[in-house]
Amino acid sequence: MENDFLLYGEHFSSRFLLGTALYASPQLMRDAITQSRCEIVTLGLRRQNPTEKSGDAFWQLIQESGCRLLPNTAGCKSVKEAVTLAEMSREIFNTDWIKLEVVGDDYNLQPDPFGLLEASEILIKKGFKVLPYCTDDLILCKRLLDVGCEVLMPWGAPIGTGQGLLNRYSLKTLRERIKDVPMIIDAGLGAPSQATEAMEMGFDGILLNTAVAKAHNPPLMAEAFADAIDAGRKAFKAGLIQKRQTASPSTPTIGQPFWHQ
Amino acid sequence: MITISLNNHPKTLSPNTSLSEALAEWEFSDGKIAVAINQEFVPRSTYRERILMNGDQIDIVKPVGGG
Repeated sequence: MENDFLLYGEHFSSRFLLGTALYASPQLMRDAITQSRCEIVTLGLRRQNPTEKSGDAFWQLIQESGCRLLPNTAGCKSVKEAVTLAEMSREIFNTDWIKLEVVGDDYNLQPDPFGLLEASEILIKKGFKVLPYCTDDLILCKRLLDVGCEVLMPWGAPIGTGQGLLNRYSLKTLRERIKDVPMIIDAGLGAPSQATEAMEMGFDGILLNTAVAKAHNPPLMAEAFADAIDAGRKAFKAGLIQKRQTASPSTPTIGQPFWHQ
Repeated sequence: MITISLNNHPKTLSPNTSLSEALAEWEFSDGKIAVAINQEFVPRSTYRERILMNGDQIDIVKPVGGG
């Protein structure tokens, strides 16, 4: 498998990043990680009672997966909250990578572009490698690059909706205008075909959670997404044909039998 | 005694209790945790010297699944 997926100087062979929430059991999560062939998993931090030991099994399985950890700041609604949670994540997970989320609206969990930009700048100055969960707004993405982000993670659709690529024009424009920065479609995908489409458009990777975790068979769905992402990447590299209005025969017309002038 | 908030629940402590002493009392000592006080990150290396004050809002977090 190719090994040209480069994020903050690290090479990866898998272009699939998988979330670790919402599984019916830690064992299903482990099996889904295995079948996904992913090398990066996202996870979070939450308040927990010290006598509640269920989180220990989760952490044990995450460590055994051998995956690179990408902690998130999910649920943070202010720059202050996001920066503090990122600092807590850096210490607890021993990584300066952070999937930065600053939520701007409770209804669609849309990233707050202003807070995201401000938090990105603060965290990059503190030495973090920021992977911002952002909207598909071109100018926001350019500003995120200006402050030092080296990866962008625009949404396909709001988190957990499974609606796929809602704004193809914006996403195509993003890819057209920002060619040399890794861009990962993060959130909103529900079907492997949607992941394939994103990869065919030239996006570099896919991050998702709900579509796998909430499937009837999460490990099988993880494998389906992995195959779909590989297929989309191969198609992008192979080069899709241009769509056309009129039919064009694929079988030669010269030598067509039964034709007489 | 002083009253602090631990993960949004009130707790009482003796005055001049350090964060590391409080964590031991709450059975957090050997866990994989990170701490913030009044929304400011508190590095693990400072737990012993950090004296808790009346009204402190303490957040203690552990790893969970996330997307």
